[in-house]
Amino acid sequence: MTLTRRGFFVGTGAAFALYPLYARAHVVPPPPPWQANPWISIDDKGTVTIMSHRSEMGQGVRSTLPVLIADELGADPKHITVQQAWGDEQFGNQDTDGSSSVRIPFLALREAAATARMMLITAAAAHWKVPEKRLDVRDSKIWDGAKALGGFVELVHEVKSVPVPKKPKLRALKELKYVGKELPQRDAEDVVDGVALFAADGLGWNEPGPLTAVIAHPPVLFAKPTKIDSSEALKVKGVRRVIELPAPKPPIGFQALGGVAVVADNTWAAMKGRKALRIEWDRGPNAGHDTAAYTEELRASVKRAGAQMRNVGDVDAALAKAATKVEAEYTGAYLAHAAMEPPAAIADADQGSATVYACTQSPVGMRDEIAKALGLDKQKVRVNVTLLGGGFGRKSFPDFGIEAALLAREMKQRVRVQWTREDDLQHGSFHTTSVQALAAALDDKGKVTAWRHRIAYPSIDSTFDPAADKPSDGEVGMGATDLPLAVPNVRVEACKATAHMRIGWLRSVCNIPQAFAVHSFLDEIAHAAKRDPRDVMVETFGPARVLTAKELGVPKLADNYGSPLDKTPFDVARLHRVIDKVSDMAGWNRRGGRALGMAAHSSFASWVAVVASVEKGPRGELRVDEAWIAADCGYVVNPDRVRYQMEGAFLFGLSNALHGAITVKDGAVVQTNFRDYRLLRITEAPRKIHVELIASDAHPGGAGEPGTPPVAPAVANAWFALTGTRLRSMPFA
Amino acid sequence: MKLDVNGSTREVDAAPDMPLLWVLRDLLGLTGTKFGCGEALCGACTVHLDGVPVRACVTPVARAERRKVTTIEGMKNSALRLAWIDLGVPQCGFCQAGQLMSAAALLEANPKPTDDDIDHALAGNLCRCGTYVRIRAAVKKAAGGEP
Ligand code: FES
Ligand code: FES
Repeated sequence: MTLTRRGFFVGTGAAFALYPLYARAHVVPPPPPWQANPWISIDDKGTVTIMSHRSEMGQGVRSTLPVLIADELGADPKHITVQQAWGDEQFGNQDTDGSSSVRIPFLALREAAATARMMLITAAAAHWKVPEKRLDVRDSKIWDGAKALGGFVELVHEVKSVPVPKKPKLRALKELKYVGKELPQRDAEDVVDGVALFAADGLGWNEPGPLTAVIAHPPVLFAKPTKIDSSEALKVKGVRRVIELPAPKPPIGFQALGGVAVVADNTWAAMKGRKALRIEWDRGPNAGHDTAAYTEELRASVKRAGAQMRNVGDVDAALAKAATKVEAEYTGAYLAHAAMEPPAAIADADQGSATVYACTQSPVGMRDEIAKALGLDKQKVRVNVTLLGGGFGRKSFPDFGIEAALLAREMKQRVRVQWTREDDLQHGSFHTTSVQALAAALDDKGKVTAWRHRIAYPSIDSTFDPAADKPSDGEVGMGATDLPLAVPNVRVEACKATAHMRIGWLRSVCNIPQAFAVHSFLDEIAHAAKRDPRDVMVETFGPARVLTAKELGVPKLADNYGSPLDKTPFDVARLHRVIDKVSDMAGWNRRGGRALGMAAHSSFASWVAVVASVEKGPRGELRVDEAWIAADCGYVVNPDRVRYQMEGAFLFGLSNALHGAITVKDGAVVQTNFRDYRLLRITEAPRKIHVELIASDAHPGGAGEPGTPPVAPAVANAWFALTGTRLRSMPFA
Repeated sequence: MKLDVNGSTREVDAAPDMPLLWVLRDLLGLTGTKFGCGEALCGACTVHLDGVPVRACVTPVARAERRKVTTIEGMKNSALRLAWIDLGVPQCGFCQAGQLMSAAALLEANPKPTDDDIDHALAGNLCRCGTYVRIRAAVKKAAGGEP
């Protein structure tokens, strides 16, 4: 993205019209004297304010991007003010998804900062009458060689008349002083003091408290209330009103789910009111959905050929004349995100405008959908982003923000929508349920000569397009059609699967089932051939090379999860590097009697290899006692947070693998709370998780998601090493 | 009804069956205590009643009368806070108030906990972000031991 002049000016003045949500004192500061661009402004005391335009959901983005901008600019990151950006195109893409917050805007943000730095240098050259080329900006000072001439405060008015340079000149990475090293965590103190503000926490309580709404959502997607008896609910002390929300029309897309809201003086009253509602539902078109039967449907689907998504050589012929044939089927359950913070939003709205505070991963998306639902011009809707108590993809959907805005307008008063855990588990945007069938031909040396992978799951596309009835290109591109295979005959097929649920993105998305299937299958092949699993994996991935569409047998290879191929090609050498590294870390060749399992996977423009060590717990259950992770995420801006994302991704992957299952009966989710939708507890977490990052100057890759896909297969492979029992179905227990 | 919250007396007008969680959050504006499940399954709402950790989401406010309520906003263990910041324990932070309140109660009862002691005391505190390994290290650090 390049900055246009317009881009520079739309931010002026608008930037500070917002309450500083994270400041403990709610004072509206005066407009800044110099708004360099949407991200950077400097006030008349010389203080630099930087907009954090992505959502903070635990990945540490607020501790990362502002420091990157400050460092490139030459501001001392210890003395910057960070503001959370509201949803607005001027900040570029704000969708905090796809592990993209660093790798996608990396250059654009640095260019914005470099532009501001060059303008400060031009102003400084005139101010102190020193040639520009002798000047640098570091730690919020202007330097002439080793001599500090002054700070931003002297330049803040003069810089405004400096023309915007056409071509920003970036610093070399090694000249950056702060990034790449250990960075302080921006919101940690507020978190441990209990004053960090999440979506349900109000606007800091200098304001009168909002009303709270709890919603009885349709038990089945597209079910509609036929009879609503609110008489008992209205008797609950504190309940103000019961309001039916508009029913969505298929496809669900980004609409709210409909249902019946109970609006009350406080959350408890709203919850009690909801319990007292008597609603009869027409359960609608998805009432017959049942996961047990559906898995059989998917199993039948992968028995038949599907749409060809990747094809090289002649798989059928090679399978027919195989010396040894290995076949296996892997299944995965629906998953709910279960972020510890259930969805919540607070809204003010009238006939002409709406302002919403929400834990959203997509503030522009939420703004646009609120505008649509309320019939407003999108410029009249403001979506402010609070801290997110975890997101994992659920909060990319705007439904809870729409609900808050609709109810605030109806009540003519500020309304908070609070989802309960039951709502979160039963009405989520679910990770798909899948069946994957693999077949391989081995020659007499145990080398793979053919690979067939059939995939059936309801597609995320079905949420937006009712005709979508099989996995999409993009979905099978997550670990199936982009998998390096030095195999002469390969076919990947997408098989039919009709959707009955709202399917969405969940941390690492379709890499979860596909990585589980392919990396378990590689281990099965190794055992069938009586060879070391790592050797078979490396041999099957093949030599160091850059993958092409032609080699893969796919129509085109446009980019690497949105990262341009010239910056982040599909480079098998990087996969080798993390495999070598993790083998050293875990002592793979010296493992003796220890039950280790390995998997190595590329996703979101990063490469991650995992080794898990398992043992049997006191009740014979699977326990991971130690884990090793080697990751190549290219150049790393905030190493501690990237290591921590890998650690978190391991535990997230382990939680899914051991416990994650949403089941459906008569169209409705069976699970109600953490008693039946189990999450990993501290007692189940390994004692040690070792993470090493490969040092690299390559363009940054993703960090939040790529640690998850290899976890389940590494653990399953380790369990096989320990017990000889193969785990082919997630969750394992 | 009168409550002693973090050392000050607060007057609240709440039905006796209203859980302490909602009294703290909605009536007193103490939003550091979090709602994660409402059924004593996640620990996000952990507070102390006379120093003992309880789940505020299932504790009727009547039970907190004439007892000392301590929330994250009034939690006094600064060694824990420092260890938490030093080791960068929080990810999203949502579960952390509950983790800290459980950890503070543990250290009060057991100043030198082992890994097993920590696991046992914090088994009821879920963290979806996966901060468990650093939590163990931080508790031990706050106790003056090696992380
Ligand atoms: S909210 Fe109380 S234990 Fe989960
Ligand atoms: S830090 Fe996010 S849930 Fe624990």
